[in-house]
Amino acid sequence: MTPEAERARNRRNLMLALAIGALVLLVFLVTIVKMKAGVMERSF
Amino acid sequence: MTIAHDATRYATAGDYFALMKPRVMSLVVFTALAGWFAAPGANDPVLVFAAVLAIAAGAGAAGALNMWYDADIDAKMSRTRTRPVPSGRVAASEALATGIVVSVLSVVLMALAGGALAAGLLAFTIFFYAVVYTMGLKRRTSQNIVIGGLSGALPPAIAWAAKTGSLGLDPALLVLIIFMWTPAHFWALCLYQRGDYAAAGVPMLPVTHGAAATRTQILIYALLLAPLGLAPVFTGLGGWIYAAVAGLGGLMFVTLAVRVARSRAGDAEGEGGAVYDARAENRPALHLFAFSILYLFALFGALLAEHAFGLHWPVVMGPVVMGRVIS
Repeated sequence: MTPEAERARNRRNLMLALAIGALVLLVFLVTIVKMKAGVMERSF
Repeated sequence: MTIAHDATRYATAGDYFALMKPRVMSLVVFTALAGWFAAPGANDPVLVFAAVLAIAAGAGAAGALNMWYDADIDAKMSRTRTRPVPSGRVAASEALATGIVVSVLSVVLMALAGGALAAGLLAFTIFFYAVVYTMGLKRRTSQNIVIGGLSGALPPAIAWAAKTGSLGLDPALLVLIIFMWTPAHFWALCLYQRGDYAAAGVPMLPVTHGAAATRTQILIYALLLAPLGLAPVFTGLGGWIYAAVAGLGGLMFVTLAVRVARSRAGDAEGEGGAVYDARAENRPALHLFAFSILYLFALFGALLAEHAFGLHWPVVMGPVVMGRVIS
């Protein structure tokens, strides 16, 4: 693999890691919102 | 515009993003946002973002699967030969893997954020576009985009289902509007790009039935679409702003379709090339194609403005209940 190809692969990997990180954060936030809604429903 | 392929360039994240047809995704995001805000209920920003992202990702995944399967015909058409797979920047197997992985992730995210009905509808939409349309209809029938258009029409209903957990007359009307809009929009483009489709062996209506029959079909769909665009006014979903946009827009749509019907657009053989470039006799088709995009954005933009920014003043009060209760 040429240095340029390796750099391109590293850039793609970085973007993929950021996308996966953002997805994990989003799933966490959605879970919190849903749990909060569930707790509110139970308290009434 | 044609971009020469640079064989020494390595794939970037942007190439993988291009696999997901960002232009189509932008329309999907917009109609889904309008569907979400038009639906009754609270707007939690996290859930809005997650649901719309899931719909956009699902549409993008379907686009990647389409690019994987259609790489052979994309390579023959000037409009599509610079796409990541036919240009060689992304391997077909990677487009397939991207499509499958993003499809699964989008449906899972939708199940979490919007529930089972919305997730099921999203899965159906991806399946319909990638399998029924791309693998089944596109190369077999001139009605390919009429039936396949259902997948592009569903996003507002998916967003509605994600927010409310149910469906009804109003989301069905939004789906119907996009469904009836698609043939006129696509065939207008095909009229001045028929050379491309003929070369690729795709049986689009202008290729199989000729330009005159296509111009007539465009007019028929425009005449059906214009009143249908006004239907949400009578269920109470669309207010005064929507009524004005749908009324004037529908009138303009029909006027441009009449001009296409009376023109010789598509009669000349062999044209292909850039989306917004056409020779003089094809201009009416180009104008209708360009306006059709504006029309759909304006319709759903009006809905979005009315429901997201508190500008909804109903024209018809009574049947509002009819649109909202069926769920």
